[in-house]
Amino acid sequence: MSGPEVSTVDINGFPTRIWRKGSGAPLGFLAGFGGLPRWVPFLDRLAERRTVIVPSLPGFPGGDRGHTVLDTHLDWVLAVRQAIQAAGLHGADLAGSSVGASMAAEMAALWPESVRRLALIAPFGLYDEAEPPTDPWAQRGDAVPGLLCADPAAWTALKAMPEGANSIEWPIEQTRANEAAARIFWPLGNTRLEKRLPLVTAPTLLLWGSEDRVMPRSYAARIAARLGGPNETVLIEGAGHLAELDRPDKVADAILSWVG
Amino acid sequence: MKLMWFHLMPYTELPEDFRQKHPSVWVDIHSSLFDPKRAHHMYNDFMDELEYAADCGFDAICVNEHHSNGYGLMPSPNLIASALARRTTQVPICVMGNSLALYNPPTRVAEEFAMLDVISGGRLIAGFPVGTPMDTCFAYGQNPSMLRERYLEAHDLVLRAWTEKDTFAFNGRYNQQRYVNIWPRPVQQPHPPIWIPGGGSVETWQWCAQMDYVYCYLSYYGYKAGKATMDGFWAEMERLGKDRNPYRAGFAQVVAVAESRQQALDLYTGPAEYFFNRCLHIDPRFAAPAGYSTEATQRAGLESQVRKAANAQSLIQGDKTNRGMTMQDFVDRGYVVIGSPDEVLEQLNALADDLHVGHLMLLMQFGNMDKALTQYNTRIFAEQVMPRLRPRFAEWEDRWWPKPMAAAEQAALPAFSPKLAAE
Repeated sequence: MSGPEVSTVDINGFPTRIWRKGSGAPLGFLAGFGGLPRWVPFLDRLAERRTVIVPSLPGFPGGDRGHTVLDTHLDWVLAVRQAIQAAGLHGADLAGSSVGASMAAEMAALWPESVRRLALIAPFGLYDEAEPPTDPWAQRGDAVPGLLCADPAAWTALKAMPEGANSIEWPIEQTRANEAAARIFWPLGNTRLEKRLPLVTAPTLLLWGSEDRVMPRSYAARIAARLGGPNETVLIEGAGHLAELDRPDKVADAILSWVG
Repeated sequence: MKLMWFHLMPYTELPEDFRQKHPSVWVDIHSSLFDPKRAHHMYNDFMDELEYAADCGFDAICVNEHHSNGYGLMPSPNLIASALARRTTQVPICVMGNSLALYNPPTRVAEEFAMLDVISGGRLIAGFPVGTPMDTCFAYGQNPSMLRERYLEAHDLVLRAWTEKDTFAFNGRYNQQRYVNIWPRPVQQPHPPIWIPGGGSVETWQWCAQMDYVYCYLSYYGYKAGKATMDGFWAEMERLGKDRNPYRAGFAQVVAVAESRQQALDLYTGPAEYFFNRCLHIDPRFAAPAGYSTEATQRAGLESQVRKAANAQSLIQGDKTNRGMTMQDFVDRGYVVIGSPDEVLEQLNALADDLHVGHLMLLMQFGNMDKALTQYNTRIFAEQVMPRLRPRFAEWEDRWWPKPMAAAEQAALPAFSPKLAAE
């Protein structure tokens, strides 16, 4: 597995990492809860057929402390919009997972021409009182891996400190990712995305891990019923909330066949 | 040395098996454990105890704010302070305090504290805690990523509301108000003394030094465990060129006195074990929402074991450490200062030497102590320990103490007859 090409763009004064790998039509990916502190096999699968482009979200790994100047939901969607444009993803296919999927849906709702085809893995942004999402912030440290992935080792591998990394800054960067997610989604995860789903006209693939312990699976039908364009839902067997970490091949295959 | 009597107002009837059957005393403690009719008596006993402490001559009586908390029944300490203002005449009332970011708009705090200062004739000490994660982020749903900025902005707004003479507009990042003009205005000018309860973060120490506020370390784990933090505080004051006036600092300590050490152990072992094993049983999942501790504090914590992160984390750290601990451990570790009056005096002199704090906040009701025992503890301390501790730090001026109206100017309160347990 070779690494991606790395570039940096400025978003609100914060250097923001953009990964790029592969060839073919561009396909954007916005990472899920915890962000991407390292390149993962799932992105390699996508890069086999497309130019995969991964802009970091503010405050998530690669996004510096960009979250600290974002006070409202409008601030957030505009910052992500800037990142999408700076990454050359305007008009491209866009995929996202978890918190990143929520932002991808916002992009498609607010700037319909900016997204060709959309793929969302268990997006944040909705709240059903009868079946609330799990609180991802009120967790004992040792419960987090098994909450986010069906196979706790998948999360642990994502977050393990690489050799030679700064032993102080690495854990701070991981905490910062959780803080950035909290900054948008605290306390319930409810950004009222539901109200904007009818504005999403891009053909949308919804992916849900069968073992998702954060976002109830019933949310898939709730989202599908409100989307403004054609859509399909695919259940990923054996995957947790971050399905792309648990089942990289299956999730990548589903996305690649959806975007064509 | 100022000796201040501090009440947490714990629910005193948590079940024996609380620790085994329930995940947390805080945030999601089950409502079935709360009996309002029993709590009626608890509140009234607790307020009797505070008034009794005032009658015994303590330098101040103190209350604080917690939410969804089985060991702290004061979501609004201002309500208690208001009642105390009418049932006492001379004693300063320390509200330790109001978590500024929880009030919308924060001018509510400026107003209520001004009311307390006016009703009490200028006896208020205004505490401004950030608040624990359990209180602020979980029980009150505040965003941990914005909590400190909101707190600091609310502080600026409250201070301006107290001091600015004309109606003004406040154009903050989190608060916008077109017309800020609080009525009433505080008796104490320019404003009541401001005290800041905090954990061991360098940023809080620096801010207290800059603003000339009192820093209070309100740990429940006593003077031995508190030394590292207070050493850090004084080192920072020295670095900033501030004097070593002990009245820059406050510290909380559980204290239990009786005629003899053995008698004290007999009387207070049950309540101490109740306090440390039941009241401080907090689910660690509420300890550290991401963003609650600043990155500078995280960095300091990762770089050095001495500077523990926020108060709440050490609280819960303490809970872990305490698993299965008994009175002997609490005494050995200095969580509880206990013994005869002479023995307690000796330990508190050691505390004064080691921590160099001028404002000692005494937790003399702890756990499930009833009113009779609390008043016994309070009286024997007031009679036999307090007079011998007071002269400590006499060479220093306490610039952070309330300046009430002269007695002759104060309203005469109607007579009342508190029912004392001794009667």
